[in-house]
Amino acid sequence: MSLLDLQRGFRDYILSGAPEIGPRLGGDPAAGLAVYHHAYRAQLFAGLRDTFEKTWAWLGDEGFDAAARRHVEAHPPSSWTLGDYGEDFPATLNTLYPDDPEVAELAWLDWTLRRAFDGPNAEAISPEALAAVDWDTAVLTLVPTLKVGEVATNCAAIWGAIAEDQTPPAAEPLPQAAAIRVWRQTLSPQYRTIEAAEHHALSLVLAGEPFGGVCTTLSEGMDEAQASQLIGGLLASWIQDGLVCGAE
Amino acid sequence: MREPTLPTFQGFGLGLRPPHYQDFLAGEPQVDFVEVISENFMVRGGRPLHVLDAVRERYPVAMHGVSMSIGSADGVKLDYLKRLKQLADRVRPLWVSDHLCWTGVEGFNSHDLLPLPYTEDTLKAVCANIDRVQDVLERPLVLENPSSYLTFADDEMTEWGFLSEMCARTGCYLLLDINNIYVSGTNHGFSPEAYIAGVPAERVRQVHLAGHSAGRGLLIDTHDTPVPDPVWALYELASRRLGQVAVMIERDDDIPPLGELLSELEIARARANGVRGRGLAA
Repeated sequence: MSLLDLQRGFRDYILSGAPEIGPRLGGDPAAGLAVYHHAYRAQLFAGLRDTFEKTWAWLGDEGFDAAARRHVEAHPPSSWTLGDYGEDFPATLNTLYPDDPEVAELAWLDWTLRRAFDGPNAEAISPEALAAVDWDTAVLTLVPTLKVGEVATNCAAIWGAIAEDQTPPAAEPLPQAAAIRVWRQTLSPQYRTIEAAEHHALSLVLAGEPFGGVCTTLSEGMDEAQASQLIGGLLASWIQDGLVCGAE
Repeated sequence: MREPTLPTFQGFGLGLRPPHYQDFLAGEPQVDFVEVISENFMVRGGRPLHVLDAVRERYPVAMHGVSMSIGSADGVKLDYLKRLKQLADRVRPLWVSDHLCWTGVEGFNSHDLLPLPYTEDTLKAVCANIDRVQDVLERPLVLENPSSYLTFADDEMTEWGFLSEMCARTGCYLLLDINNIYVSGTNHGFSPEAYIAGVPAERVRQVHLAGHSAGRGLLIDTHDTPVPDPVWALYELASRRLGQVAVMIERDDDIPPLGELLSELEIARARANGVRGRGLAA
């Protein structure tokens, strides 16, 4: 048997318990095989618990481990880094908890904050550069760790309570559609629940729309004072949060 | 272009683990070097690289990986090697090490250190992979002997015989994990003393010391306990053979306060010095 065939057989044993590898092993291999079969799963369970810590706390050990088992059996890892494992875990939770949407939303928040933690660096725009911006024509560049996800529940409040060792609130739907933006400010991952108008504005900026065009779109149906207050407030919060790293 | 030789480094160090980041950032621990898990820092930015850059200014750093999969029959992945080289160029480490094992094949990654049959066919595959790694990294590779829980019916040579031939054919170096020798020796019934006598001592650049746990009929390399007496005894034996090496306590689980690991490191230093002292007296 070639080394490649042997490794395929070993992989198949780890994944599904396929016994073909048995005759290629020395001595009594049962105990050793069990070590590798267990270690593979234990490593992935530990990785999921680490990445989805708040989701784990919300579901408890039993619920989380059952979901992790389902996920691990259906999704063998392919990346060289364990840090990549779990990107589709929120989708698994969405399937397992169709009547509890806060579970998958918590998992999305866990995952996105973890990605922000070691995502690309970017310098926030300086006050000097801000002073020189022509806001009608400028296209804003936002930090590369920024991600925006739609949410239907109070998952952010649950996540925050767990993070502070407080009793989390009961899950409940939000009164109206909202989103969460996740980003990293210097070294600290951040998140904030945002309303539909900000979500719309961020989508336009991320699509490359000049800031003047963003203002025009957002102002539709508003009087000038309302529009000015909304847009001024959004821009101020983006700058204060370190979201803007360029405006040209 | 490959560096012809890898300079030695004599010293006693610890692994850089998150519970001890602040201690190392303050520059207080009296260690001669630190070892980092390469993959934990093969990231785009943020706190991990911030910490590593700061620690690098205070301590020499050895890079130790777990995902190279030097024994994969379908080769080593170029995208992984390029990311590893980026990190090595940034850190300028004492050396870059990984394990004699395979972690996956054909797009599957087990994230575990899986065993290899010690055959001529495996040797050819491993050596071809080492040549490629050393060409891409532009530095010699250091490989660690694994702990293992299986042997293969086709095994044609001992693990230490495999390591010797691997070094001779590729010019790579060794990280000798004393605990792994003890664990595998106990599991497979070979003599750890014969192993230590059989490795090419001049190729060893680093030593790992760690603890293990007893499983069902097997010892498991868990890195979650202090170094036990049989491993200390083997370490003394190895110290008589080895030249200048970097010695490290490797603790990855149930990580104690840094002071406990520093005390354990002092034992390693004292035992090595004791061996050398007795050697000089003799």
